[in-house]
Amino acid sequence: MRIRSIIAILVAVAIVALLVFGLISKGNSRLAVGAAAPSPTLPKLDEPGSGSLKEYRGKWVLVNFWASWCIPCRDEAPALEQFQQEHGGKTFTVVGIDTQDISDDGTKFAHEYDISYPLLHDGNGDNGHEFGTTGVPENYLLEPNGRLAWAVAGPVDARILREQVTPFLPPKSKES
Amino acid sequence: MAAFAVLVALAALMLPAVAAADAPSSMRTTLNEIEEEVMCPVCGTLLGLAESPQATREKAFVEKLIKEGKTKSQIKDALVAQYGDAVLAEPNGSGFSISAYVVPIVAFIVAAILLAAAVWKWRRSSGGPDDHLPAVEGPSAEDRRRLDEDLGRYDL
Repeated sequence: MRIRSIIAILVAVAIVALLVFGLISKGNSRLAVGAAAPSPTLPKLDEPGSGSLKEYRGKWVLVNFWASWCIPCRDEAPALEQFQQEHGGKTFTVVGIDTQDISDDGTKFAHEYDISYPLLHDGNGDNGHEFGTTGVPENYLLEPNGRLAWAVAGPVDARILREQVTPFLPPKSKES
Repeated sequence: MAAFAVLVALAALMLPAVAAADAPSSMRTTLNEIEEEVMCPVCGTLLGLAESPQATREKAFVEKLIKEGKTKSQIKDALVAQYGDAVLAEPNGSGFSISAYVVPIVAFIVAAILLAAAVWKWRRSSGGPDDHLPAVEGPSAEDRRRLDEDLGRYDL
């Protein structure tokens, strides 16, 4: 009887462990405001080598998750590039992360839209999962210390960037 | 013990089948063949069943590699380089992924051992089929004599 009880307990524990594992591996919840953003090392999309969001500590960073096969990503790309031209510098940059995409397709996309901000390639989408993304495009504004200040699931446009992101950024006069 | 030996033998027979399924192919391949063995990472389904924009690009990538004369294993390696191991429909047989093949077999063998042990213990503790019945004595000499008299009255 005692061995049967032990076996039954072990089977129940195994079933619970499998359920917990399934829940954990299903995906992370969205990164919360104030939480430290993950910053793994990823290959650069349009040049050799690798990069990480850690390299931009000290700057406000608008992390843009995108993919070349994503239509809304094509819609927002010009607005993001324009925003980079207006605000990019010592205190701010956009960083694009091409996720679950063929790298050649991502590079063509970058050339098509004349993207000048840094681009990384997250082929398996793991970095996006750590942010809690559920699709593309998604945008996350990080403080200079790497913590999340603002996020939006879906594309941004010039109005959203002006009304919701610009207020976070230091005045451009402080850059000189 | 014989039943247990049969179970272990069955589990051992499964191993070559698993190894053959992951045997690398050096032959030319088709899009249909690849679609059945890789996933659409965004959709979470086999590429052959996927209709998303990402799946469309993935299929175009595969077709481009086929036109370049790449073999099935080279194409799958290229897809893994782009999307990671999760793009493969079957785990590869190396590193941690081999556990996807080993764990079910080990679990099967462990379950068979536990079952055999439980059955053996149950049979030992319960004993023979008639151990719990009280011993029955035969008829006494007087009863035998009366029985013989009764039987003698009938012409059998």
